[in-house]
Amino acid sequence: MDKRIPNLAEAIAGIPDGATVMIGGFGGSGAPIELIHALIDRYLATGSPRDLTVINNNAGNGHVGIAAMIEQGMVRKMVCSFPRSADPRVFTEKYLAGEIALELVPQGTLAERIRAGGAGIPAFYTPTSYGTDLARGKPVAEFDGRPYVQERWLKADVALIKAELGDHYGNLTYRMAARNFSPLMAMAAARTIAQVTRAVAPGGIDPEHVVTPGIFVSGIVEVANPAQEEALNRADAAYPPARPQEVQA
Amino acid sequence: MTRKLTNAQIAWRAAQDIADGAYVNLGIGFPEMVAKFQPPGRQAVFHTENGVLGFGEAPPAGQEDWDLINAGKKAITLKPGAAFFHHADSFAMVRGGHLDVAILGAYQVAQNGDLANWSTGPKGVPAVGGAMDLVHGAKRVAVITDHVTKDGKPKLLEACTLPLTGVGCVTRVYTSLAVVDIEGGRFVLREKLPAISLDDLQAVTGARLHLDGAVGDLVVPEL
Repeated sequence: MDKRIPNLAEAIAGIPDGATVMIGGFGGSGAPIELIHALIDRYLATGSPRDLTVINNNAGNGHVGIAAMIEQGMVRKMVCSFPRSADPRVFTEKYLAGEIALELVPQGTLAERIRAGGAGIPAFYTPTSYGTDLARGKPVAEFDGRPYVQERWLKADVALIKAELGDHYGNLTYRMAARNFSPLMAMAAARTIAQVTRAVAPGGIDPEHVVTPGIFVSGIVEVANPAQEEALNRADAAYPPARPQEVQA
Repeated sequence: MTRKLTNAQIAWRAAQDIADGAYVNLGIGFPEMVAKFQPPGRQAVFHTENGVLGFGEAPPAGQEDWDLINAGKKAITLKPGAAFFHHADSFAMVRGGHLDVAILGAYQVAQNGDLANWSTGPKGVPAVGGAMDLVHGAKRVAVITDHVTKDGKPKLLEACTLPLTGVGCVTRVYTSLAVVDIEGGRFVLREKLPAISLDDLQAVTGARLHLDGAVGDLVVPEL
């Protein structure tokens, strides 16, 4: 019973073409940059995985992380609430060219759909989006005199998340607002891989402080001093570091 | 034409109605200014969708911690007594009726409380974020906005023409000219700038302004 994975390449091995992948983070806060970049490395070396459906709050920023996955052509569809960012060019250009699909979901509905997926609740009713374009085609029901919209659970083949401490059983803590969607995604994916800033022995996390219990986690890989997406973007970084040359007319 | 209130002055007026100890969500952008104008002796607890209660001002440049941001992805700081939580808990606070006030921006508000503030139409990449969630659940959903659009068209209307964020959700509107409540499917004028006449205010409002008792003077300090 030791969920430690020795390196990033092994951590992301086995994610197949066409997989649905939940990726933790809200903007750059909580984005598992090293796991994402390891997935890109594998794609560049082998052509796989491709045709991915990615579930995240956003659709990438700049040319690192999810934006870099999209730029490389690995992503078929984004499920997100806010596909805009300080530098949304990668997603925007592909979307307007019809090269990537978008399922736009209100943020709280996205969170609850993921939670429901992890909790075995196939559908639920929410007041959010009632009477709006985003409720089109969805069943509506009245409870105590108010109308609510039916929403369905979201599940994934894999979740890639970033945590602060992780023990060998997969118990996790997070760092400040980097927590966001990750505890929910850990529950909703068949396989959850967490990059942790520090791996500790069992007992190294006070049980009172565990945020994600290890039952929801398949593997942890230690990434000390992880990159921060916002810091990378402020330094104008790209992944892979040598950006593909633009075609000259 | 009467000198209208600045954004800071509209935010100041909205802040006067927030009670000590209230749990408050401020929409991204202009509504964030409301936090600056809490009356002395009152302290609200601010909520941000990405999982923080009890955050404070932005840190000085160079001291940002990018794991500590608000829904607008700007760096924030923590006040003593702050709390972190995941996204499902965060939106349980929103939809579950636990917030006292949400203060949001608007493209249009209708007299029945419908709000349009997320999309100006089908062009470009659609993005909704937490807008459609925030309009449900807070005990009061208030809007702060200029009274008219940049090209002078009314923003307070009989019915919204832009895509809706929520139906029948707004309870009060603070504008650059007036404070208007939404009650029983109508706009009820509560305060107006002393220098503007009722007729002139009605002329820049896209639906009938009803009166219910005296109309107060909207008096705001220079800011």
